[in-house]
Amino acid sequence: MGRWKSGPDARGRFGPYGGRYAPETLMAPLVELAAAYDRARRDRRFGARLDELLATWAGRPTPLTHAARLSAELGGAQIYLKREDLLHTGAHKLNNALGQALLAAEMGKRRLIAETGAGQHGVATAAAAARLGLDCVIYMGEEDMRRQSLNVDRMRLFGAEVAPVGAGSRTLKDAINEAMRDWVTNVRTTHYVLGSVLGPDPFPRMVRDFQRVIGDEARRQLKRATGDELPDLVVACVGGGSNALGIFTAFLGDPEVRLVGVEAGGRGEAPGDHAARFGFGRLGVLHGTHTLLLQDDAGQVLPTHSVSAGLDYPAVGPEHVELARLGRAEYTRASDAEAVAALRLLCRTEGILPALETAHALAEVVKRAPRLGRRRRILVNLSGRGDKDLDSVGAFLDEEAATAARGGES
Amino acid sequence: MSAISETFARCRAEGRAAFVPFIVAGDPDLATTEELLIALAEAGADLIEIGVPFSDPIADGPVIQAAGQRALAAGATLERILASIARVRGRLGVPLVLFSYANPILVHGAARFAEKAAASGVDGVLIVDLPPEEAAAEVSPALAAHGLDRILLLAPTSGPERIDLVARAGSGFVYYVSRTGVTGEREALAAELPRQLRAVRRRLRLPVVVGFGISTPAQVAAVAPLADGVVVGSALVRLLHDCRDEPERLALVAARARQLAAAVRPAAAEAGGSRRRMRRRGGPF
Repeated sequence: MGRWKSGPDARGRFGPYGGRYAPETLMAPLVELAAAYDRARRDRRFGARLDELLATWAGRPTPLTHAARLSAELGGAQIYLKREDLLHTGAHKLNNALGQALLAAEMGKRRLIAETGAGQHGVATAAAAARLGLDCVIYMGEEDMRRQSLNVDRMRLFGAEVAPVGAGSRTLKDAINEAMRDWVTNVRTTHYVLGSVLGPDPFPRMVRDFQRVIGDEARRQLKRATGDELPDLVVACVGGGSNALGIFTAFLGDPEVRLVGVEAGGRGEAPGDHAARFGFGRLGVLHGTHTLLLQDDAGQVLPTHSVSAGLDYPAVGPEHVELARLGRAEYTRASDAEAVAALRLLCRTEGILPALETAHALAEVVKRAPRLGRRRRILVNLSGRGDKDLDSVGAFLDEEAATAARGGES
Repeated sequence: MSAISETFARCRAEGRAAFVPFIVAGDPDLATTEELLIALAEAGADLIEIGVPFSDPIADGPVIQAAGQRALAAGATLERILASIARVRGRLGVPLVLFSYANPILVHGAARFAEKAAASGVDGVLIVDLPPEEAAAEVSPALAAHGLDRILLLAPTSGPERIDLVARAGSGFVYYVSRTGVTGEREALAAELPRQLRAVRRRLRLPVVVGFGISTPAQVAAVAPLADGVVVGSALVRLLHDCRDEPERLALVAARARQLAAAVRPAAAEAGGSRRRMRRRGGPF
């Protein structure tokens, strides 16, 4: 494989994917945002300010943990966890939210809006807004507010307004719709802190760049821990795909490192039972970008399901589709049941409660680690912590038990 | 000259703006849409915009969102909408513009869509989330190849460069979004609208049609002298839904359309003494 060129091109395209499919009202503001971002990237003062906040307020660098007991239990490769669950507010989301909040302040926009699924991006944006003294409104589907009520309370404590979204499936997709409607209305005063590597350019590259600190740190930390070795495998869950690109990007130039993204297999293969874009999606346009999309024959977006709110989304970041096309990364899926089992396994072996999203990546590790030798290394992005998911896990286990009991009777 | 260009030339010759109603195809069903198109044409529409429902309409307010959901639930698809248009096309003496999001069109392939739309009697296509930059490769050439006008949008955030881009890439007319925001009825028009429209028309030879937030005859009469056409959407879509249980609901919508159509006529503009009085009272701008 040739040397990796990090995209996108001048039109915001990663190969044939991506672009800027936005209503006219947003086109000039997107150009302005791209220019402001490009200036900030070159501005050493901006970089220093962000680094300082990441170090003194957010808790970077996060540690790398050798999961010795989990590795022994699975009986194969050595598993290393990049501990984004230990980042302030409990997930990798803060890397991006803080970066964009700082950029918004530079641009003179005093109001932040964001969508949130699992609530982690909402909490991160609310926290960054509080720290920088900006106003903040978070759009969240009513279904997700129910699943993630702890995070709703945290956002409100940070001074954010949480706006319930009752349209459509009342999940992440609908929250993005509503945030975009707000942005199109208030674009002169407001910055939309999009939470994943989605949306029109410059969002996919900007979010990736703010997240790549994960992989850059992990690469150094793993080399230090192993005497200059690289991982054989890097695994991350993929909703929109920001934590995955955050850890993949540092390894794109190392063809010997295999990159694996794990999406939500949900409860089955029927439409509406999963969020497996690489399994069942077709190319289309949603939320400003040309990418793989779960849609019907008429081009209407299909409902999705996942036990984890953060993976419950019908499209995927365009750069992931390009990485798959080039064969640089591979994408697979884990079911609700596999994810919950992996969550419990990590709790029991390592004393770490991962987010349900993250547990999808761990489910893939459970499948692959035993097939690799003990001197091989798997690096997992432990993208978030799972306190928020206790209710969902409990409900899932109750339902599973009830189904098993019904099966026993028949 | 396209049917759309001819319509604007004729309206200009009559010294007035065009009245452009917008409806959501398939709300509540396509049979109603077919009758409604005929009723609107008879009520004095100069051009009709036909909204293609989409599952994720990020540029629309609650009224058109809900109408789109009803249409999708009733089974509306782009293919069926085009079939409905083809059925009634011969009875409509006005140009038709499809107003869609990109995905329902792209899923067909641009060339196949353009061929079918043209064959069904569509005159122009407006794709709200497909700016000229993204349409240049495939969609715009396909539309042009089938004689369809490519209607582009401009908004209050569009600077001179984007106005010039739209002037080069668009045809038929330009849809000017009257305010930053989503579709839906508003009490007042944006105060800066007259100044913005003057700035746009200085750089643009295409007719300029204004929409978003215009719902009443008074608002139509206020915008008409500034533009080549005025769109009313949500108000008609809401009226159709509100009187869904009335046997005469199409007649009610048509009666409303006649009032709106009258508001673009010079006679209404002459009654503009009342408009000036309204302006002194602070409305409609």
